[in-house]
Amino acid sequence: MTETQAITEVAGNVHGALPSPFLVGLTVFVLAVFVGYHVVWKVTPALHTPLMSVTNAISAVIIVGALLAAGPAELNLATGLGLAAVALASVNLFGGFLVTQRMLEMFRKKK
Amino acid sequence: MSQDATSLAYLIASVLFILSLKGLSSPETARQGNMLGMLGMAIAVATTLMAPHVVGYGPIAAMIVLGGVIGAVVARRIPMTSMPELVAAMHSLVGLAAVLIAVAAFLSPTEYGIAGADGRIGVGSLVEMVIGAFVGAITFTGSVIAFGKLKGTFGSAPVVFRGQHLVNLTMAMAMVAVSVHFCVTQSFASYLVVIGIALLLGVLLIVPIGGADMPVIVSMLNSYSGWAAAGIGFTLGNHLLIVVGALVGSSGAILSYIMCRAMNRSIWNVLFGGFGTETAESPQQAAAGKGAKSGSPEDAAFLMKNGSSVIIVPGYGMAVGRAQHAVKEMAELLSEAGVSVRFAIHPVAGRMPGHMNVLLAEAEVPYDQVFELEEINREFKDCDVALVIGANDVVNPIARSDPGSPIYGMPILDVDKAKTVMVVKRSLAPGYAGIDNPLFYADNTLMLFGDAKEIAERIVQSL
Repeated sequence: MTETQAITEVAGNVHGALPSPFLVGLTVFVLAVFVGYHVVWKVTPALHTPLMSVTNAISAVIIVGALLAAGPAELNLATGLGLAAVALASVNLFGGFLVTQRMLEMFRKKK
Repeated sequence: MSQDATSLAYLIASVLFILSLKGLSSPETARQGNMLGMLGMAIAVATTLMAPHVVGYGPIAAMIVLGGVIGAVVARRIPMTSMPELVAAMHSLVGLAAVLIAVAAFLSPTEYGIAGADGRIGVGSLVEMVIGAFVGAITFTGSVIAFGKLKGTFGSAPVVFRGQHLVNLTMAMAMVAVSVHFCVTQSFASYLVVIGIALLLGVLLIVPIGGADMPVIVSMLNSYSGWAAAGIGFTLGNHLLIVVGALVGSSGAILSYIMCRAMNRSIWNVLFGGFGTETAESPQQAAAGKGAKSGSPEDAAFLMKNGSSVIIVPGYGMAVGRAQHAVKEMAELLSEAGVSVRFAIHPVAGRMPGHMNVLLAEAEVPYDQVFELEEINREFKDCDVALVIGANDVVNPIARSDPGSPIYGMPILDVDKAKTVMVVKRSLAPGYAGIDNPLFYADNTLMLFGDAKEIAERIVQSL
Protein backbone atom coordinates (compact mmCIF):
# COMPACT_ATOMS: atom_id res chain seq x y z
CA MET A 1 0.00 0.00 0.00
CA THR A 2 2.70 2.40 0.91
CA GLU A 3 4.28 1.63 -2.40
CA THR A 4 1.22 2.94 -4.17
CA GLN A 5 1.01 5.83 -1.75
CA ALA A 6 4.59 6.73 -2.53
CA ILE A 7 3.85 6.70 -6.25
CA THR A 8 0.66 8.66 -5.83
CA GLU A 9 2.47 11.20 -3.71
CA VAL A 10 5.07 11.76 -6.39
CA ALA A 11 2.40 12.01 -9.03
CA GLY A 12 0.42 14.31 -6.75
CA ASN A 13 3.35 16.65 -6.34
CA VAL A 14 3.75 16.98 -10.07
CA HIS A 15 0.15 17.33 -11.09
CA GLY A 16 -1.44 18.57 -7.93
CA ALA A 17 -3.90 15.65 -7.93
CA LEU A 18 -3.72 12.14 -6.48
CA PRO A 19 -4.61 9.15 -8.64
CA SER A 20 -6.32 6.41 -6.62
CA PRO A 21 -4.36 3.27 -5.68
CA PHE A 22 -6.74 1.42 -8.00
CA LEU A 23 -5.62 3.51 -10.99
CA VAL A 24 -1.97 2.96 -10.16
CA GLY A 25 -2.69 -0.77 -9.99
CA LEU A 26 -4.57 -0.58 -13.28
CA THR A 27 -1.61 1.15 -14.94
CA VAL A 28 0.72 -1.61 -13.78
CA PHE A 29 -1.80 -4.23 -14.90
CA VAL A 30 -2.30 -2.88 -18.43
CA LEU A 31 1.43 -2.46 -19.02
CA ALA A 32 2.10 -5.98 -17.71
CA VAL A 33 -0.53 -7.41 -20.08
CA PHE A 34 1.37 -5.82 -22.98
CA VAL A 35 4.67 -7.23 -21.75
CA GLY A 36 3.07 -10.67 -21.36
CA TYR A 37 1.57 -10.45 -24.84
CA HIS A 38 4.89 -9.77 -26.52
CA VAL A 39 6.92 -12.23 -24.47
CA VAL A 40 4.47 -15.11 -24.89
CA TRP A 41 4.14 -14.73 -28.67
CA LYS A 42 7.88 -15.38 -28.89
CA VAL A 43 7.61 -18.71 -27.04
CA THR A 44 8.33 -21.56 -29.44
CA PRO A 45 5.26 -23.81 -29.94
CA ALA A 46 7.30 -26.87 -28.98
CA LEU A 47 7.55 -25.47 -25.45
CA HIS A 48 3.87 -24.64 -24.96
CA THR A 49 3.41 -27.35 -22.34
CA PRO A 50 6.39 -26.16 -20.26
CA LEU A 51 4.98 -22.64 -20.70
CA MET A 52 1.75 -23.76 -19.05
CA SER A 53 3.53 -25.51 -16.20
CA VAL A 54 5.85 -22.58 -15.55
CA THR A 55 2.90 -20.16 -15.53
CA ASN A 56 1.31 -22.56 -13.03
CA ALA A 57 4.44 -22.23 -10.95
CA ILE A 58 4.65 -18.46 -11.08
CA SER A 59 0.95 -18.01 -10.36
CA ALA A 60 1.90 -19.60 -7.05
CA VAL A 61 3.17 -16.10 -6.24
CA ILE A 62 -0.34 -15.76 -4.86
CA ILE A 63 1.40 -17.27 -1.81
CA VAL A 64 2.40 -13.69 -1.03
CA GLY A 65 -1.24 -12.88 -0.28
CA ALA A 66 -1.62 -16.16 1.61
CA LEU A 67 1.40 -15.42 3.82
CA LEU A 68 0.01 -12.00 4.74
CA ALA A 69 -3.28 -13.65 5.74
CA ALA A 70 -1.53 -16.43 7.66
CA GLY A 71 0.94 -14.04 9.31
CA PRO A 72 -0.64 -13.10 12.66
CA ALA A 73 0.28 -15.40 15.54
CA GLU A 74 -3.28 -15.90 16.80
CA LEU A 75 -5.29 -18.62 15.10
CA ASN A 76 -8.70 -17.60 13.82
CA LEU A 77 -10.76 -18.21 10.69
CA ALA A 78 -8.79 -15.65 8.65
CA THR A 79 -5.35 -17.05 9.53
CA GLY A 80 -6.70 -20.59 9.07
CA LEU A 81 -7.82 -19.75 5.54
CA GLY A 82 -4.47 -18.08 4.94
CA LEU A 83 -2.59 -21.19 6.08
CA ALA A 84 -4.69 -23.42 3.83
CA ALA A 85 -3.91 -21.08 0.92
CA VAL A 86 -0.18 -21.24 1.78
CA ALA A 87 -0.31 -25.05 1.50
CA LEU A 88 -2.20 -24.93 -1.83
CA ALA A 89 0.13 -22.36 -3.33
CA SER A 90 3.18 -24.33 -2.14
CA VAL A 91 2.00 -27.37 -4.10
CA ASN A 92 2.00 -25.23 -7.26
CA LEU A 93 5.21 -23.47 -6.37
CA PHE A 94 7.33 -26.60 -5.90
CA GLY A 95 5.37 -28.86 -8.25
CA GLY A 96 5.27 -26.30 -11.05
CA PHE A 97 8.94 -25.40 -11.13
CA LEU A 98 10.14 -28.99 -10.64
CA VAL A 99 7.94 -30.50 -13.33
CA THR A 100 8.95 -27.72 -15.72
CA GLN A 101 12.59 -28.43 -14.99
CA ARG A 102 12.03 -32.12 -15.55
CA MET A 103 10.36 -31.45 -18.89
CA LEU A 104 12.98 -29.00 -20.08
CA GLU A 105 15.73 -31.50 -19.29
CA MET A 106 14.16 -33.72 -21.95
CA PHE A 107 14.42 -31.20 -24.76
CA ARG A 108 17.83 -32.05 -26.17
CA LYS A 109 19.45 -31.74 -29.55
CA LYS A 110 20.75 -34.71 -31.46
CA LYS A 111 24.03 -35.90 -29.98
CA MET B 1 12.37 -4.12 5.95
CA SER B 2 11.05 -0.75 4.85
CA GLN B 3 8.11 -0.50 2.48
CA ASP B 4 10.34 0.86 -0.26
CA ALA B 5 12.72 -2.07 0.07
CA THR B 6 9.77 -4.47 -0.08
CA SER B 7 8.45 -2.81 -3.23
CA LEU B 8 11.89 -2.91 -4.81
CA ALA B 9 12.27 -6.63 -4.02
CA TYR B 10 8.85 -7.28 -5.57
CA LEU B 11 9.90 -5.35 -8.65
CA ILE B 12 13.01 -7.49 -9.01
CA ALA B 13 10.87 -10.62 -8.64
CA SER B 14 8.49 -9.34 -11.36
CA VAL B 15 11.38 -8.79 -13.77
CA LEU B 16 12.73 -12.29 -13.04
CA PHE B 17 9.32 -13.80 -13.82
CA ILE B 18 9.21 -11.95 -17.13
CA LEU B 19 12.68 -13.28 -17.94
CA SER B 20 11.60 -16.81 -17.06
CA LEU B 21 8.88 -16.64 -19.72
CA LYS B 22 11.25 -15.00 -22.17
CA GLY B 23 13.65 -17.94 -21.75
CA LEU B 24 11.07 -20.26 -23.29
CA SER B 25 11.61 -18.72 -26.72
CA SER B 26 14.15 -21.48 -27.35
CA PRO B 27 14.93 -24.85 -25.73
CA GLU B 28 18.50 -23.68 -25.19
CA THR B 29 17.59 -20.79 -22.91
CA ALA B 30 14.53 -22.39 -21.32
CA ARG B 31 16.25 -24.12 -18.41
CA GLN B 32 18.03 -20.96 -17.41
CA GLY B 33 14.70 -19.12 -17.61
CA ASN B 34 13.12 -21.60 -15.25
CA MET B 35 15.94 -21.00 -12.75
CA LEU B 36 15.33 -17.27 -12.91
CA GLY B 37 11.67 -17.95 -12.17
CA MET B 38 12.64 -19.93 -9.07
CA LEU B 39 14.93 -17.13 -7.97
CA GLY B 40 12.12 -14.61 -8.41
CA MET B 41 9.81 -16.77 -6.33
CA ALA B 42 12.41 -17.14 -3.58
CA ILE B 43 12.83 -13.37 -3.43
CA ALA B 44 9.06 -12.81 -3.31
CA VAL B 45 8.50 -15.33 -0.53
CA ALA B 46 11.50 -14.23 1.57
CA THR B 47 10.47 -10.57 1.29
CA THR B 48 6.91 -11.33 2.36
CA LEU B 49 8.09 -13.38 5.34
CA MET B 50 9.93 -10.27 6.57
CA ALA B 51 6.72 -8.19 6.58
CA PRO B 52 6.13 -6.74 10.08
CA HIS B 53 2.96 -8.59 11.00
CA VAL B 54 3.97 -11.94 9.52
CA VAL B 55 5.09 -13.66 12.73
CA GLY B 56 3.38 -17.06 12.89
CA TYR B 57 6.37 -18.80 11.34
CA GLY B 58 5.73 -22.27 12.84
CA PRO B 59 2.39 -23.02 11.16
CA ILE B 60 3.52 -21.27 7.97
CA ALA B 61 6.62 -23.44 7.69
CA ALA B 62 4.53 -26.54 8.31
CA MET B 63 2.15 -25.61 5.49
CA ILE B 64 4.97 -24.81 3.05
CA VAL B 65 6.62 -28.15 3.79
CA LEU B 66 3.30 -30.00 3.46
CA GLY B 67 2.43 -28.40 0.11
CA GLY B 68 6.03 -28.48 -1.09
CA VAL B 69 6.45 -32.20 -0.45
CA ILE B 70 3.18 -33.02 -2.21
CA GLY B 71 4.16 -30.83 -5.15
CA ALA B 72 7.68 -32.24 -5.40
CA VAL B 73 6.57 -35.86 -5.22
CA VAL B 74 3.89 -35.35 -7.87
CA ALA B 75 6.32 -33.44 -10.12
CA ARG B 76 8.80 -36.29 -9.94
CA ARG B 77 6.37 -39.17 -10.38
CA ILE B 78 3.85 -37.87 -12.91
CA PRO B 79 4.09 -39.63 -16.28
CA MET B 80 4.42 -37.19 -19.18
CA THR B 81 1.22 -38.54 -20.73
CA SER B 82 -0.64 -37.14 -17.70
CA MET B 83 0.68 -33.57 -18.01
CA PRO B 84 -2.72 -32.15 -19.07
CA GLU B 85 -4.34 -33.47 -15.87
CA LEU B 86 -1.52 -32.10 -13.73
CA VAL B 87 -1.80 -28.67 -15.30
CA ALA B 88 -5.59 -28.64 -14.82
CA ALA B 89 -5.15 -29.67 -11.18
CA MET B 90 -2.68 -26.86 -10.60
CA HIS B 91 -5.06 -24.30 -12.09
CA SER B 92 -7.70 -25.44 -9.63
CA LEU B 93 -5.31 -24.93 -6.70
CA VAL B 94 -4.55 -21.35 -7.75
CA GLY B 95 -8.29 -20.71 -8.04
CA LEU B 96 -9.07 -22.13 -4.62
CA ALA B 97 -6.16 -20.29 -3.01
CA ALA B 98 -7.46 -17.04 -4.54
CA VAL B 99 -10.91 -17.64 -3.01
CA LEU B 100 -9.45 -18.40 0.43
CA ILE B 101 -7.26 -15.30 0.38
CA ALA B 102 -10.13 -13.08 -0.71
CA VAL B 103 -12.29 -14.35 2.16
CA ALA B 104 -9.42 -13.96 4.63
CA ALA B 105 -8.91 -10.39 3.42
CA PHE B 106 -12.59 -9.69 4.01
CA LEU B 107 -12.46 -11.16 7.52
CA SER B 108 -9.38 -9.25 8.67
CA PRO B 109 -9.09 -6.17 6.45
CA THR B 110 -6.75 -4.36 8.82
CA GLU B 111 -3.97 -6.91 8.13
CA TYR B 112 -3.98 -5.77 4.53
CA GLY B 113 -4.52 -2.10 5.25
CA ILE B 114 -7.78 -2.00 3.33
CA ALA B 115 -10.03 -1.03 6.22
CA GLY B 116 -10.98 2.59 6.81
CA ALA B 117 -10.72 4.33 10.18
CA ASP B 118 -14.16 3.00 11.19
CA GLY B 119 -13.11 -0.59 10.41
CA ARG B 120 -15.33 -0.72 7.32
CA ILE B 121 -13.96 -1.63 3.92
CA GLY B 122 -14.26 0.86 1.05
CA VAL B 123 -16.65 0.06 -1.80
CA GLY B 124 -13.76 -0.08 -4.26
CA SER B 125 -12.03 -2.78 -2.22
CA LEU B 126 -15.30 -4.69 -1.89
CA VAL B 127 -15.73 -4.70 -5.67
CA GLU B 128 -12.16 -5.96 -6.05
CA MET B 129 -12.86 -8.69 -3.49
CA VAL B 130 -15.91 -9.84 -5.40
CA ILE B 131 -13.95 -9.99 -8.64
CA GLY B 132 -11.00 -11.83 -7.08
CA ALA B 133 -13.18 -14.42 -5.37
CA PHE B 134 -15.48 -14.81 -8.38
CA VAL B 135 -12.69 -15.48 -10.90
CA GLY B 136 -10.93 -17.73 -8.39
CA ALA B 137 -14.08 -19.78 -7.75
CA ILE B 138 -14.85 -20.28 -11.45
CA THR B 139 -11.23 -21.28 -12.07
CA PHE B 140 -11.39 -23.75 -9.19
CA THR B 141 -14.49 -25.74 -10.13
CA GLY B 142 -13.95 -25.34 -13.88
CA SER B 143 -10.47 -26.85 -13.54
CA VAL B 144 -11.74 -29.67 -11.34
CA ILE B 145 -14.23 -30.60 -14.07
CA ALA B 146 -11.54 -30.27 -16.76
CA PHE B 147 -9.25 -32.46 -14.64
CA GLY B 148 -11.97 -35.09 -14.32
CA LYS B 149 -12.65 -35.06 -18.05
CA LEU B 150 -8.97 -35.36 -18.90
CA LYS B 151 -8.48 -38.17 -16.43
CA GLY B 152 -11.57 -39.96 -17.68
CA THR B 153 -13.33 -39.85 -14.31
CA PHE B 154 -16.37 -38.03 -15.67
CA GLY B 155 -16.18 -39.14 -19.29
CA SER B 156 -15.05 -36.59 -21.85
CA ALA B 157 -18.35 -36.31 -23.75
CA PRO B 158 -20.02 -32.91 -23.65
CA VAL B 159 -22.96 -32.68 -21.25
CA VAL B 160 -25.70 -30.54 -22.77
CA PHE B 161 -29.24 -30.02 -21.60
CA ARG B 162 -32.07 -27.82 -22.76
CA GLY B 163 -32.10 -24.29 -21.45
CA GLN B 164 -28.43 -24.52 -20.43
CA HIS B 165 -27.60 -21.01 -21.59
CA LEU B 166 -30.68 -19.63 -19.87
CA VAL B 167 -29.68 -21.27 -16.58
CA ASN B 168 -26.16 -19.83 -16.87
CA LEU B 169 -27.50 -16.39 -17.72
CA THR B 170 -29.95 -16.44 -14.81
CA MET B 171 -27.19 -17.44 -12.42
CA ALA B 172 -24.86 -14.76 -13.75
CA MET B 173 -27.57 -12.13 -13.24
CA ALA B 174 -28.35 -13.42 -9.75
CA MET B 175 -24.68 -13.17 -8.96
CA VAL B 176 -24.48 -9.57 -10.10
CA ALA B 177 -27.50 -8.73 -7.93
CA VAL B 178 -26.05 -10.42 -4.83
CA SER B 179 -22.68 -8.78 -5.50
CA VAL B 180 -24.30 -5.35 -5.49
CA HIS B 181 -26.05 -6.23 -2.23
CA PHE B 182 -22.68 -7.29 -0.78
CA CYS B 183 -20.92 -4.11 -1.85
CA VAL B 184 -23.64 -1.97 -0.27
CA THR B 185 -24.24 -3.90 2.96
CA GLN B 186 -20.87 -5.62 3.45
CA SER B 187 -22.73 -8.76 4.50
CA PHE B 188 -20.58 -11.87 4.87
CA ALA B 189 -23.54 -14.10 3.99
CA SER B 190 -24.04 -12.49 0.61
CA TYR B 191 -20.28 -12.76 -0.05
CA LEU B 192 -20.55 -16.51 0.50
CA VAL B 193 -23.58 -16.66 -1.81
CA VAL B 194 -21.59 -14.90 -4.55
CA ILE B 195 -18.79 -17.44 -4.16
CA GLY B 196 -21.28 -20.32 -4.14
CA ILE B 197 -22.86 -19.19 -7.41
CA ALA B 198 -19.42 -18.71 -8.98
CA LEU B 199 -18.43 -22.25 -7.96
CA LEU B 200 -21.55 -23.62 -9.62
CA LEU B 201 -21.01 -21.52 -12.74
CA GLY B 202 -17.50 -22.95 -13.11
CA VAL B 203 -19.00 -26.44 -13.29
CA LEU B 204 -21.78 -25.46 -15.69
CA LEU B 205 -19.46 -23.64 -18.07
CA ILE B 206 -17.09 -26.59 -18.51
CA VAL B 207 -19.42 -29.64 -18.54
CA PRO B 208 -20.76 -28.92 -22.06
CA ILE B 209 -17.28 -28.98 -23.57
CA GLY B 210 -16.02 -32.17 -25.21
CA GLY B 211 -12.64 -33.89 -24.96
CA ALA B 212 -11.23 -32.64 -28.25
CA ASP B 213 -11.70 -29.03 -27.18
CA MET B 214 -9.64 -29.58 -24.05
CA PRO B 215 -6.54 -27.81 -25.45
CA VAL B 216 -8.62 -24.62 -25.60
CA ILE B 217 -10.18 -25.17 -22.20
CA VAL B 218 -6.92 -25.96 -20.45
CA SER B 219 -5.40 -22.79 -21.97
CA MET B 220 -8.44 -20.75 -21.00
CA LEU B 221 -8.34 -21.94 -17.40
CA ASN B 222 -4.62 -21.14 -17.40
CA SER B 223 -5.62 -17.63 -18.34
CA TYR B 224 -8.34 -17.50 -15.65
CA SER B 225 -5.88 -18.59 -12.97
CA GLY B 226 -3.77 -15.59 -13.96
CA TRP B 227 -6.71 -13.18 -13.83
CA ALA B 228 -7.60 -14.63 -10.42
CA ALA B 229 -4.10 -13.83 -9.15
CA ALA B 230 -4.35 -10.32 -10.61
CA GLY B 231 -7.75 -9.87 -8.95
CA ILE B 232 -6.22 -10.74 -5.58
CA GLY B 233 -3.41 -8.30 -6.40
CA PHE B 234 -5.97 -5.52 -6.80
CA THR B 235 -7.73 -6.56 -3.58
CA LEU B 236 -4.51 -6.43 -1.60
CA GLY B 237 -2.99 -3.52 -3.52
CA ASN B 238 -0.01 -5.72 -4.34
CA HIS B 239 1.73 -4.91 -7.62
CA LEU B 240 3.72 -8.14 -7.77
CA LEU B 241 0.50 -10.15 -7.88
CA ILE B 242 -0.94 -7.79 -10.47
CA VAL B 243 2.10 -8.16 -12.74
CA VAL B 244 2.26 -11.94 -12.44
CA GLY B 245 -1.50 -12.27 -12.88
CA ALA B 246 -1.35 -10.16 -16.03
CA LEU B 247 1.55 -12.24 -17.44
CA VAL B 248 -0.14 -15.56 -16.76
CA GLY B 249 -3.52 -14.27 -17.88
CA SER B 250 -2.24 -13.01 -21.21
CA SER B 251 -0.18 -16.16 -21.71
CA GLY B 252 -3.26 -18.37 -21.31
CA ALA B 253 -5.30 -16.06 -23.54
CA ILE B 254 -2.71 -16.25 -26.33
CA LEU B 255 -2.57 -20.05 -26.08
CA SER B 256 -6.39 -20.22 -26.26
CA TYR B 257 -6.28 -18.02 -29.35
CA ILE B 258 -3.59 -20.18 -31.01
CA MET B 259 -5.61 -23.32 -30.27
CA CYS B 260 -8.85 -21.81 -31.63
CA ARG B 261 -7.08 -20.63 -34.76
CA ALA B 262 -5.67 -24.13 -35.28
CA MET B 263 -9.25 -25.42 -35.30
CA ASN B 264 -10.61 -22.50 -37.31
CA ARG B 265 -13.18 -21.83 -34.61
CA SER B 266 -13.99 -18.89 -32.41
CA ILE B 267 -13.69 -19.09 -28.65
CA TRP B 268 -17.49 -18.57 -28.44
CA ASN B 269 -18.05 -21.56 -30.68
CA VAL B 270 -15.85 -23.67 -28.39
CA LEU B 271 -17.54 -22.44 -25.22
CA PHE B 272 -21.15 -22.58 -26.35
CA GLY B 273 -21.11 -24.70 -29.49
CA GLY B 274 -21.60 -28.15 -27.90
CA PHE B 275 -19.25 -29.45 -30.60
CA GLY B 276 -19.04 -33.18 -31.23
CA THR B 277 -22.56 -33.94 -30.04
CA GLU B 278 -23.90 -35.07 -33.41
CA THR B 279 -23.98 -38.82 -33.79
CA ALA B 280 -22.14 -40.06 -36.84
CA GLU B 281 -22.90 -43.29 -38.64
CA SER B 282 -21.35 -46.31 -36.97
CA PRO B 283 -17.79 -47.18 -38.03
CA GLN B 284 -18.81 -50.57 -39.41
CA GLN B 285 -21.34 -49.01 -41.77
CA ALA B 286 -18.85 -46.47 -43.01
CA ALA B 287 -16.13 -49.05 -43.56
CA ALA B 288 -18.39 -51.46 -45.41
CA GLY B 289 -19.58 -48.75 -47.78
CA LYS B 290 -16.24 -47.47 -48.96
CA GLY B 291 -13.71 -50.19 -48.37
CA ALA B 292 -10.56 -49.10 -46.60
CA LYS B 293 -7.40 -51.04 -47.34
CA SER B 294 -5.86 -52.64 -44.35
CA GLY B 295 -2.25 -53.68 -44.01
CA SER B 296 0.07 -55.38 -41.52
CA PRO B 297 2.90 -53.83 -39.52
CA GLU B 298 5.29 -55.95 -41.60
CA ASP B 299 4.02 -54.26 -44.79
CA ALA B 300 4.49 -50.91 -43.11
CA ALA B 301 8.06 -51.72 -42.10
CA PHE B 302 8.87 -52.83 -45.64
CA LEU B 303 7.39 -49.71 -47.26
CA MET B 304 9.14 -47.30 -44.89
CA LYS B 305 12.50 -49.01 -45.11
CA ASN B 306 12.41 -48.82 -48.88
CA GLY B 307 11.38 -45.18 -48.98
CA SER B 308 13.81 -42.32 -48.68
CA SER B 309 11.74 -40.06 -46.45
CA VAL B 310 9.11 -40.67 -43.77
CA ILE B 311 7.08 -38.09 -41.87
CA ILE B 312 5.44 -39.27 -38.67
CA VAL B 313 2.28 -37.49 -37.47
CA PRO B 314 1.51 -38.29 -33.82
CA GLY B 315 -1.87 -37.62 -32.20
CA TYR B 316 -3.79 -38.27 -29.01
CA GLY B 317 -3.79 -42.01 -29.82
CA MET B 318 -0.03 -42.09 -29.29
CA ALA B 319 -0.44 -40.49 -25.87
CA VAL B 320 -3.24 -42.85 -24.82
CA GLY B 321 -1.27 -45.89 -26.01
CA ARG B 322 1.94 -44.55 -24.37
CA ALA B 323 3.59 -45.46 -27.66
CA GLN B 324 6.16 -42.65 -27.77
CA HIS B 325 9.14 -44.84 -26.81
CA ALA B 326 8.30 -47.53 -29.37
CA VAL B 327 7.78 -44.83 -32.00
CA LYS B 328 11.16 -43.33 -31.18
CA GLU B 329 12.85 -46.71 -31.52
CA MET B 330 11.18 -47.15 -34.89
CA ALA B 331 12.35 -43.72 -36.03
CA GLU B 332 15.89 -44.50 -34.90
CA LEU B 333 16.03 -47.80 -36.79
CA LEU B 334 14.73 -46.10 -39.92
CA SER B 335 17.34 -43.36 -39.61
CA GLU B 336 20.05 -45.97 -39.28
CA ALA B 337 18.76 -47.58 -42.48
CA GLY B 338 19.31 -44.26 -44.25
CA VAL B 339 15.70 -43.06 -44.29
CA SER B 340 15.10 -39.41 -43.45
CA VAL B 341 12.62 -39.31 -40.54
CA ARG B 342 10.80 -36.21 -39.36
CA PHE B 343 7.89 -35.58 -37.04
CA ALA B 344 5.02 -33.20 -37.87
CA ILE B 345 2.96 -31.75 -35.03
CA HIS B 346 -0.44 -30.12 -35.39
CA PRO B 347 -1.05 -27.39 -32.79
CA VAL B 348 -4.14 -29.13 -31.34
CA ALA B 349 -2.78 -32.68 -31.43
CA GLY B 350 -3.29 -34.18 -27.98
CA ARG B 351 -5.01 -32.63 -25.02
CA MET B 352 -3.00 -29.48 -24.36
CA PRO B 353 -0.74 -27.10 -26.28
CA GLY B 354 2.63 -28.72 -26.94
CA HIS B 355 1.50 -32.12 -25.59
CA MET B 356 3.08 -34.14 -28.43
CA ASN B 357 6.38 -32.24 -28.27
CA VAL B 358 6.79 -33.17 -24.61
CA LEU B 359 6.03 -36.83 -25.24
CA LEU B 360 8.56 -37.00 -28.07
CA ALA B 361 11.11 -35.18 -25.95
CA GLU B 362 10.52 -37.69 -23.17
CA ALA B 363 11.25 -40.50 -25.61
CA GLU B 364 14.48 -38.63 -26.45
CA VAL B 365 13.54 -37.66 -29.97
CA PRO B 366 15.89 -34.72 -30.70
CA TYR B 367 13.82 -31.55 -31.00
CA ASP B 368 15.44 -30.59 -34.31
CA GLN B 369 13.62 -33.55 -35.90
CA VAL B 370 10.25 -32.23 -34.76
CA PHE B 371 8.45 -29.65 -36.91
CA GLU B 372 5.35 -27.48 -36.61
CA LEU B 373 2.57 -27.43 -39.17
CA GLU B 374 3.73 -24.37 -41.13
CA GLU B 375 7.31 -25.61 -41.24
CA ILE B 376 6.62 -29.00 -42.72
CA ASN B 377 3.30 -28.93 -44.56
CA ARG B 378 4.86 -28.35 -47.99
CA GLU B 379 7.15 -31.37 -47.55
CA PHE B 380 4.42 -34.01 -47.60
CA LYS B 381 4.18 -34.01 -51.41
CA ASP B 382 7.83 -35.05 -51.67
CA CYS B 383 7.75 -37.70 -48.98
CA ASP B 384 7.37 -41.42 -49.53
CA VAL B 385 5.46 -42.38 -46.43
CA ALA B 386 3.34 -40.32 -44.05
CA LEU B 387 2.71 -42.38 -40.92
CA VAL B 388 -0.25 -41.10 -38.90
CA ILE B 389 -0.31 -42.47 -35.35
CA GLY B 390 -3.60 -41.98 -33.54
CA ALA B 391 -4.54 -38.68 -35.16
CA ASN B 392 -7.72 -38.10 -37.12
CA ASP B 393 -9.40 -34.72 -37.49
CA VAL B 394 -6.07 -32.89 -37.87
CA VAL B 395 -5.32 -34.86 -41.07
CA ASN B 396 -8.86 -34.92 -42.49
CA PRO B 397 -8.69 -33.57 -46.09
CA ILE B 398 -12.40 -32.68 -45.89
CA ALA B 399 -11.27 -29.54 -44.06
CA ARG B 400 -9.87 -28.32 -47.39
CA SER B 401 -12.53 -29.64 -49.74
CA ASP B 402 -16.01 -29.61 -48.22
CA PRO B 403 -17.37 -26.17 -47.32
CA GLY B 404 -20.37 -27.85 -45.65
CA SER B 405 -18.22 -29.70 -43.13
CA PRO B 406 -17.98 -28.40 -39.55
CA ILE B 407 -14.21 -28.52 -39.74
CA TYR B 408 -14.00 -26.74 -43.12
CA GLY B 409 -11.17 -24.21 -43.13
CA MET B 410 -9.29 -25.79 -40.24
CA PRO B 411 -5.57 -25.92 -41.10
CA ILE B 412 -4.62 -29.58 -41.47
CA LEU B 413 -1.47 -31.56 -42.10
CA ASP B 414 -1.57 -32.51 -45.79
CA VAL B 415 -0.61 -36.15 -45.28
CA ASP B 416 -2.83 -37.20 -48.21
CA LYS B 417 -0.27 -35.66 -50.59
CA ALA B 418 2.39 -38.19 -49.61
CA LYS B 419 3.02 -41.13 -51.94
CA THR B 420 1.76 -43.57 -49.33
CA VAL B 421 -0.21 -42.76 -46.19
CA MET B 422 -0.34 -45.22 -43.34
CA VAL B 423 -2.77 -44.66 -40.51
CA VAL B 424 -2.38 -46.43 -37.17
CA LYS B 425 -5.79 -46.45 -35.52
CA ARG B 426 -7.96 -48.73 -33.42
CA SER B 427 -10.94 -48.59 -35.78
CA LEU B 428 -12.48 -46.49 -38.52
CA ALA B 429 -14.51 -44.58 -35.93
CA PRO B 430 -14.78 -40.88 -36.67
CA GLY B 431 -12.79 -38.44 -34.59
CA TYR B 432 -14.12 -36.15 -31.88
CA ALA B 433 -15.69 -33.83 -34.37
CA GLY B 434 -17.88 -36.80 -35.40
CA ILE B 435 -16.87 -36.46 -39.03
CA ASP B 436 -15.94 -39.37 -41.25
CA ASN B 437 -12.43 -39.15 -42.70
CA PRO B 438 -12.12 -39.79 -46.48
CA LEU B 439 -8.36 -40.15 -45.98
CA PHE B 440 -8.97 -43.69 -44.66
CA TYR B 441 -10.56 -44.76 -47.96
CA ALA B 442 -8.12 -43.06 -50.31
CA ASP B 443 -6.23 -45.19 -52.86
CA ASN B 444 -2.84 -44.37 -51.40
CA THR B 445 -3.86 -45.09 -47.80
CA LEU B 446 -3.10 -48.23 -45.85
CA MET B 447 -4.82 -48.70 -42.49
CA LEU B 448 -2.93 -50.42 -39.67
CA PHE B 449 -5.62 -51.39 -37.17
CA GLY B 450 -4.61 -51.81 -33.56
CA ASP B 451 -3.12 -50.19 -30.50
CA ALA B 452 -0.47 -47.58 -31.33
CA LYS B 453 2.17 -49.12 -29.08
CA GLU B 454 1.60 -52.68 -30.27
CA ILE B 455 1.77 -51.68 -33.93
CA ALA B 456 4.91 -49.59 -33.40
CA GLU B 457 6.58 -52.47 -31.55
CA ARG B 458 5.73 -54.90 -34.33
CA ILE B 459 7.12 -52.50 -36.93
CA VAL B 460 10.32 -52.28 -34.89
CA GLN B 461 10.60 -56.10 -34.90
CA SER B 462 10.23 -56.22 -38.67
CA LEU B 463 12.82 -53.55 -39.36
